[in-house]
Amino acid sequence: MTTTSGTFDVARIREDFPLLKQTVNGKPLVYLDNAATSQKPQSMIDALVRYYTTENSNVHRGVHTLSQLATDDYEAARTKVRKFINAAEDHELIYVRGTTEGINLVAQTFGRQNIGQGDEIIISTMEHHSNIVPWQILCEEKGAQLKVVPINDSGELLIDEYEKLLSPRTKLVSIVHQSNALGTINPMEAIIEMAHSRGVPVLVDGAQSIPHMTIDVQKMGCDFFVFSGHKLFGPTGIGILYGKAEYLNAMPPYQAGGEMIRSVSFEKTTYNVLPHKFEAGTPNIAGAIGLGAAIDYLNDLGMERINTYEKELLDYGTDCLSRIEGLKIIGTAKEKGGILSFVLGDIHPHDIGTILDTQGIAIRTGHHCAQPVMQRFGIPATARASLAFYNTKAEIDSLVEGIDRVLEVFS
Amino acid sequence: MSDLTDLYQEILLEHNSKPRNYRKLDDATNSAEGFNPLCGDQYTLYLKLDGDIIQDIGFQGTGCAISKASASMLTQQIKGMTVEQAESLFNEVHKMLTESGAEVDSDLLDELETLSGVSAYPTRIKCAILVWHTLLAALEGKQEVVATE
Repeated sequence: MTTTSGTFDVARIREDFPLLKQTVNGKPLVYLDNAATSQKPQSMIDALVRYYTTENSNVHRGVHTLSQLATDDYEAARTKVRKFINAAEDHELIYVRGTTEGINLVAQTFGRQNIGQGDEIIISTMEHHSNIVPWQILCEEKGAQLKVVPINDSGELLIDEYEKLLSPRTKLVSIVHQSNALGTINPMEAIIEMAHSRGVPVLVDGAQSIPHMTIDVQKMGCDFFVFSGHKLFGPTGIGILYGKAEYLNAMPPYQAGGEMIRSVSFEKTTYNVLPHKFEAGTPNIAGAIGLGAAIDYLNDLGMERINTYEKELLDYGTDCLSRIEGLKIIGTAKEKGGILSFVLGDIHPHDIGTILDTQGIAIRTGHHCAQPVMQRFGIPATARASLAFYNTKAEIDSLVEGIDRVLEVFS
Repeated sequence: MSDLTDLYQEILLEHNSKPRNYRKLDDATNSAEGFNPLCGDQYTLYLKLDGDIIQDIGFQGTGCAISKASASMLTQQIKGMTVEQAESLFNEVHKMLTESGAEVDSDLLDELETLSGVSAYPTRIKCAILVWHTLLAALEGKQEVVATE
């Protein structure tokens, strides 16, 4: 077992991830697509198996023993999430399918209730499509306007421009914590403070930040924080919407059905209390329990130690890639997470991706669901290596060798 | 998976770096746009038809080496063909890319046979075939953007 004072023993940590042991195309797998999804520790996989093997039943329904066990574990996972992000109350955590559903939930409830004709929503140039399109749909429906904070050539938000965009018409700010395409970590506390001083609530897209750093929603001050379980070493199909109780209580329900009601008659239905008001239907019980197990695993490693190790890995990767002639890193913010997005001369990222795959190296190529970022840098796509705490310097060396092979093919 | 040199053959790389007929035809009678939303490959194909004969052809756009080489070879081989011959060539290319190990007409395919290595890379078939679907759309005079997702 690793301890908080010991060295970060990556070789031992890798033993916890069964998928990392395999070969791809005859080469040891080098998995550098963590921003798309993360690999899973055995303890998380075991939690899913244990639930389906010994506990499977519906939650908040039956008086029988299994239902009680499932309900206890499902709710215990919520408490784990609450502690992990330091929220004030368990009922401020809503289980959703992922970041995308979390943002859509806020757009369709808080948004439709509070945003009207002539109002404005502020996002940024570096948003993922999932933090653009839900607001565009809302704006179209309500006659509201989307305002976009520009970025500089390093991929950093222009905070002065952001402050200028804040106006009496601004009803919501929705900004990404860490950019999936560039790696930029945005100064959320400052962004939130500027919005709050004008009475504007802030949603933080935490999909890319939470796997790599300590999150404290109370310290950050955000009103909403959304993230996905599968990027946090948990299962797919589970995610979290954190919202301050005062907002969640005032919002109308998102979906209607079982669980979200207190009483139903054909004359009148009253809604359940938080968090159940937003959890209509049988939820992803196994997913929630798996997410809790992933959080247990991360707590054992310690998020601060993960963050320190990943910074070292990013510095090493940045240094190695910068030495390759013709390679340009896209996204060079001072505050940056483990994302190495790059272009390589005239070679298209998809050709890079295919050639690296033959070496067993998995990266992402394309626009990363952030087409406005690509437009900002005047490129159609990038190749992106994204890091996690189980990656090693030796894997970065493999990436460099793989890129050398790409250059050889295209020489 | 086959060797990388089967995929990135020299002729293919040469077409990528020096694409043939890479120009807009100002007097085009038919044109169509092909776009892969997932990877961002985007090409416009211009045809000048004289009756049933493809008298001239050009293309412009951006994409990976495979899509660009495929487009370049297409323009090279299709020029002077009848519409019917072009459609036969489409069918042969389609067969070569999607039916691994299928018997193909090497005389008809000519340089296009260098694209055969793509069939071993399922994620890249859509790159090679994009401009061919664009060709069909241009011949049929379709207005919508073609996608091969």
